[in-house]
Amino acid sequence: MSVETLIAMLASTTAAATPLIFAALGELVTERAGVLNLGVEGTMLVGAIAGFAVGLTTGSLTLGYLAAALAGVLMALIFAVLTLQLQTNQVATGLALTLFGVGLSAFLGKSFAGQPIAGLPHLSIPLLSDIPVLGPLLFRFDILVYASIALYVAVQWFLSRTRGGLLLRAVGESPAVAHAIGHPVQRVRYAAVLFGGACSGIAGAYLSTALTPMWVEGLSAGRGWIALALVVFATWKPLRVLAGAYLFGGVTVLQLYAQGFGLHVPSEFLSMLPYAATVVVLVLICRDRQTILLNQPASLGKPFHPEL
Amino acid sequence: MLRLERRPLPSARMRLLAPLIAALLMFVTGFAVFALLGKDPLAACAVFFVKPLTSLYGLGELLVKTAPLLLCAIGLAIGFRANVWNIGAEGQLTIGALAGTGVALAFGDTESHWILPAMLIAGVLGGMAWAAIPALLRTRFRTSEILTSLMLVYIAQMLLAYLVHGPWRDPDGFNFPQSRMFNDWELLPILVDGTRINLGIVFALLLAGLSWLFTDKTHAGYRLQVAGLAPAAAAYAGFSEKRNVWLALLISGATAGLAGIGEVAGPIGQLQTTVSPGYGFAAIIVAFVGRLNAFGIVLAALLMSLLYLGGEQAQIDLGLPSAITGLFQGLLLFYLLAMDAFVNYRLRRVVRAPAASGAAA
Repeated sequence: MSVETLIAMLASTTAAATPLIFAALGELVTERAGVLNLGVEGTMLVGAIAGFAVGLTTGSLTLGYLAAALAGVLMALIFAVLTLQLQTNQVATGLALTLFGVGLSAFLGKSFAGQPIAGLPHLSIPLLSDIPVLGPLLFRFDILVYASIALYVAVQWFLSRTRGGLLLRAVGESPAVAHAIGHPVQRVRYAAVLFGGACSGIAGAYLSTALTPMWVEGLSAGRGWIALALVVFATWKPLRVLAGAYLFGGVTVLQLYAQGFGLHVPSEFLSMLPYAATVVVLVLICRDRQTILLNQPASLGKPFHPEL
Repeated sequence: MLRLERRPLPSARMRLLAPLIAALLMFVTGFAVFALLGKDPLAACAVFFVKPLTSLYGLGELLVKTAPLLLCAIGLAIGFRANVWNIGAEGQLTIGALAGTGVALAFGDTESHWILPAMLIAGVLGGMAWAAIPALLRTRFRTSEILTSLMLVYIAQMLLAYLVHGPWRDPDGFNFPQSRMFNDWELLPILVDGTRINLGIVFALLLAGLSWLFTDKTHAGYRLQVAGLAPAAAAYAGFSEKRNVWLALLISGATAGLAGIGEVAGPIGQLQTTVSPGYGFAAIIVAFVGRLNAFGIVLAALLMSLLYLGGEQAQIDLGLPSAITGLFQGLLLFYLLAMDAFVNYRLRRVVRAPAASGAAA
């Protein structure tokens, strides 16, 4: 394998990992507040079509990403009102959000299918991007790749170093105690869910405007679910989300290059890899019951309403 | 100001009314959506919800699409009652179709009355085998069946794609990714001339009845119910959680597998790259809208089937994308979940914020 191939593979791995980082970090914050939102896949799809449609019609991808984040927030708002206000079952409501998002995005996207869009441009940082090997590996990505790293730093810092992060974790561990001390449990949970929605929306837009710059029905192909699995795999820790996302990005890219390495396996079997890997990884992590119990937010998925 | 307040007892009336109100709200939203799209809403609603039912063929199609939805939903409902979240019925359906087709292809053009039953059994076993994977992983490693069953949907669809593009492709099929057409003796018999109604709907209704007997009249069904409503009580009573998980997943896998072979040996007549327009996922909605109750699920499956037909009709007559079906399906479930809240809670108008509330809760 030549150095060029290796560099190209690592670069595609980074691109494939970026939407997973956004979606999984958003869901991680939501879950750390004690709310399980299974609607990531549907929210990503709605974000994908919103970002694509607005980006294409206005010609500005910045507006596209804003629209995607807003669409994600709106989707999350439906979920928040139902689960936090009306106390509906979080699993059922999350599934509903995904089914709704699949339908809505397919409906809205019909007229955009097959249209070309100018994808997110790659930055070319002067001087730095010309360094051999390191240049293409570190300094020639699109802006969202750097944003995903910045998001990781921000989430990590917020959760472990700020008062707000401490409050969010307290709400996730024991909403009743947090409420009794006088903290606004509902407001914190709303904020966490909406933040998760915005991240999923952006993740979706990255799929339709950067990774494969076009709209195809159901283009997320289970990435929202993989992001959910990543949060479990990461045992609710941001750094491990980052590592997991790159691992999965690598698996996705490997299938593209496998044929080139002379591995003659039907392409369908290679396409199974990310999904099979998700199952294997989940099994490996869940086998260790202690780790899960220690790290899982104690009130995850359990309804709580301060006035009821 | 409106405030949510817990009812002293869950409202039985609301429990029955919630699905009806949800369906009504969905119709109203549909009306608004059609108006927004610049269609005459009344005429559009007529096209969507009424026109498919105005011919014998249309009524037949309603039952043809009801069969797989009903089959998947009754299986899923049994699991949902016990908090076992199999959301991979679509994958189990696909594997059911594969397994049944495998039997048909293995026999070649040999004519026998036994081939169709063998195909059906293979379909059931295929669905069960696929559902056994999340059951094993949940009981052995405590892996969430939600994520594993869903991942297996994608894997099943890749397997299907491989088979119809590769080893099972019809050699005389001009390279289309599909198996050979099934022979007459490999197809479910048509029950009513002039329609495509086949034996599938009979199986579905029969199994719906059996599922009612199972959930309401057997001890195993009771154990599942207790596990769902009061897991701690179930554990105290010594009901095995593992047995419940296995039972729920195997049953739902079996019915989804039957739905899958019923599709390829029924309306489709061969194995293609797509064997279902998302019946396995829509069945999740059917199970909830039907209140996880066999009779309710039959009605909900009919409504869901109408949504599919309406989407197709709207595409033909109004030029709307048939994906509008998915939009309505999602809305229906949202409205149902929202209405469900009012089974246990009610809205109270409060003039002033009451002091020291919550004592009754």
